[in-house]
Amino acid sequence: MAVRKQTITIPSRTERLIRVREFVSTAARKFGFSDEDVSKIALAVDEACTNIIKHAYKSDPTKNISVTIKGRNGTFEIAIRDSGKDFDPAGVPSPDMKEYLAHYRRGGLGMYLMKSLMDKIEYDIKPGMPNEVRLTKYLHR
Amino acid sequence: MSDFNIELRERDAVDVLELKGYLDAHTAPKLEEAFQSLLGSSRYNIVVNCRDLSYISSAGLGVFMAFIEDVRNNRGDIKLTNMSPKVYNVFDLLGFPLLYEILNDEQEAVNRFVHTTD
Repeated sequence: MAVRKQTITIPSRTERLIRVREFVSTAARKFGFSDEDVSKIALAVDEACTNIIKHAYKSDPTKNISVTIKGRNGTFEIAIRDSGKDFDPAGVPSPDMKEYLAHYRRGGLGMYLMKSLMDKIEYDIKPGMPNEVRLTKYLHR
Repeated sequence: MSDFNIELRERDAVDVLELKGYLDAHTAPKLEEAFQSLLGSSRYNIVVNCRDLSYISSAGLGVFMAFIEDVRNNRGDIKLTNMSPKVYNVFDLLGFPLLYEILNDEQEAVNRFVHTTD
């Protein structure tokens, strides 16, 4: 099943996360993913948007986030764009979870979760340009 | 209607927080307040019943991380119960079962406190 390209734009507010999860879940389900995979995709997108709200936009509710979905030939891709502060994803190492838990650390799990939940994460971050992160999951039949 | 609600009950001197709905970056502060209020009253034996918790993101997990050290330093614990497989999977993915006791049943968790404080 193909899913036509569709975009939702939300203000940078955490109360809109639920809307984004619904938008992504509906399309992922239609594409043919199992309930378990639909949940994973929705959570990964939530984490990406939460990071943008908190870090790229520093919780400025006047900014926007756009989420574009497309699905073809077994590949489901979500592109999330913002015009906030850029960052170097390579400068954010994955946490060592044993050490993290042993020392009661907090925060910084969003990117790690995204990596664990999806098949591919690509960042497109260039100074002066909108930031884009693309999350991909393959439909395995 | 709110996306997330917490009901607080007391059971055998253990405080039970029953979570309902969606725990994300928007609703996590509500859970944070509930823990702050318990700790502010020196209540450290806490069971979190997740039976009606439909969703959790890392913002929700962060709340548990924020309080566990303080709770354990005061000889208490946060025990989690009645998780749906969907919610458990998120905890499991990050290795949280290594740090938190996750039980099938609320009564079982309450009993553990009663027996350790005897």
